[in-house]
Amino acid sequence: MKLLRDTWLIFQYEVTLQVRNPVNVAITLIQPITYLLLFTPFLKAVMHAPTYSEAFQIYVPSLFAAMGVFSGMFAGFTLLGAIRQGVVTRCRVTPVSRVSLLLGRVLMHILLIGFQGIIVTIAAVVLGLRVQPGNFLFALVLLGLMVLLSVSIGYGLALLVPNESSLVTLTNSIAQPVSLLAGVLIPLTVAPLWVRNVADWNPFAWGTNAMRSIFEGNIGASVVWQATLIMGVVALVTVVLTSRLFSRETA
Amino acid sequence: MIEVSGLRKSYRTRRGRKATTVEAVRGVDFSVQRGEIFGFLGPNGAGKSTTLKMLATLLRPDGGEASIAGADLRRDPGQVRERIGFVAQSSGTYDHSTGRRDLILEARMYGESRSTAQELAAGVIKAFQLEDFVDRQIKTYSGGQRRRLDVALGVIHSPQVIFLDEPTAGLDPPSRARMWQEVRRLRDQGMTVFLTTHYLDEADTLCDRVSIIDSGLIVAEGTPSDLKREISGDVVIVDLAAPDTAGAPEPAIVLDASKVLAEQPYVESCETIEHTLRLYVDSAATAIPQIMRALNGKGIEPGAIETRRPSLDDVFLAKTGRTLAD
Repeated sequence: MKLLRDTWLIFQYEVTLQVRNPVNVAITLIQPITYLLLFTPFLKAVMHAPTYSEAFQIYVPSLFAAMGVFSGMFAGFTLLGAIRQGVVTRCRVTPVSRVSLLLGRVLMHILLIGFQGIIVTIAAVVLGLRVQPGNFLFALVLLGLMVLLSVSIGYGLALLVPNESSLVTLTNSIAQPVSLLAGVLIPLTVAPLWVRNVADWNPFAWGTNAMRSIFEGNIGASVVWQATLIMGVVALVTVVLTSRLFSRETA
Repeated sequence: MIEVSGLRKSYRTRRGRKATTVEAVRGVDFSVQRGEIFGFLGPNGAGKSTTLKMLATLLRPDGGEASIAGADLRRDPGQVRERIGFVAQSSGTYDHSTGRRDLILEARMYGESRSTAQELAAGVIKAFQLEDFVDRQIKTYSGGQRRRLDVALGVIHSPQVIFLDEPTAGLDPPSRARMWQEVRRLRDQGMTVFLTTHYLDEADTLCDRVSIIDSGLIVAEGTPSDLKREISGDVVIVDLAAPDTAGAPEPAIVLDASKVLAEQPYVESCETIEHTLRLYVDSAATAIPQIMRALNGKGIEPGAIETRRPSLDDVFLAKTGRTLAD
């Protein structure tokens, strides 16, 4: 109960600060919208998609995955900023739940990236995408799971390597292969067999494939429940590991 | 209110491939009474902040015992957190938040409801006179304003003990005086104040009792006046640099002078700090002519001689062989 209350408290506080800073939120939208506008035509040609609606069905899930992996893993810098400014220390001397200090922030990122996902989808719908509202909501849930996983990884990295310049290199060298092996540019269906075999070990690839199935209207496909299960379990383990890292040295 | 015995903490640091263990705090004992301002004095790196972080539950001690406001630090850190407030050396607020928003968050982290938190925030805003700026973004605050907000955050839940880490570091003189006033007000309300400082005048004028820590060990404890009384008599400072030349005197001259003066029967002890000698004597009035005579006898002409009452810096010098100002 205290865990929920404290998580909600930290979440509210962090979200309010983000909302007070709408320019920052807007800036995070520039990249996905640019890709949506300029990369979809390439993809349409390469994948021989007959219509833009079908090209978007392939690409919007990829964009979700890219935002999920990159924005999530780079969230470590937000945590590092909070640690640098002493905000985390100040909270740690209060009786507030340690796990909540982490979860409240993670949820803030989920909300922000979820919001990006909604804006991107609205833009794609304007340009011709067709998707069932119910299916779209389930895709958002999967995006949320993906962000839960990637933010926990990003936070864990920031706690292990509390140095901005090394963290950039480290995060990039993890996020790049993970996102490419999740098929964020070209779907894995056209990848050579060995790439697909490697990608089977990448939970983000499962998430991307599941979201693509959902956008294609095939929410009942087995990949959807499999991906939900895999990402849920992996995210849970990562959250537990990162919270232990976070509360190390404090009782 | 605070009982500490044998508190220890060491860090493992890695430089390159070599791992070394740094003993930051090597077993400190002290006790702080209810309602006093207790100063923890020492140079940078002496173990002040490490001790403070252990007492504030931020670091787990390697050994030793501590109880704070009746709660055991090692067995029940959660209870300790309920009863203390802590103000770190660096502000713990986001630049783009506002003072009021953070005050409300702070109270709510102590479990208060939204409406109680708003009332508590309004209370400290009034007490610390934050009205003029509390709804602006924190990045627009002056150093003194920011520090007052930090302390207000630390005491919003009316803790029994408040820990202040270098509360006046980097503040201009009026803001420091203002902060001293706030600290005294907290004490007068019945709060126990534990603060660290490396300013001697601050320890002297603000603290009821001080403890001096050096290299992880407590070297002296007492009221500032008791500690100074231990250094009997007066301090005479002899500057060997000639007043008309900018250059420092020959090291040999300084060594000569310190040797001859240390041998004088009326000099209790003599410390050399660069080209000045600090002599501890019973009475400066009678010692100065004899000092002059002794130096002239060796053909040494002092540039200046001054005399003053012992300060906490002299206490520190006597206990550690170094001055705190270094």
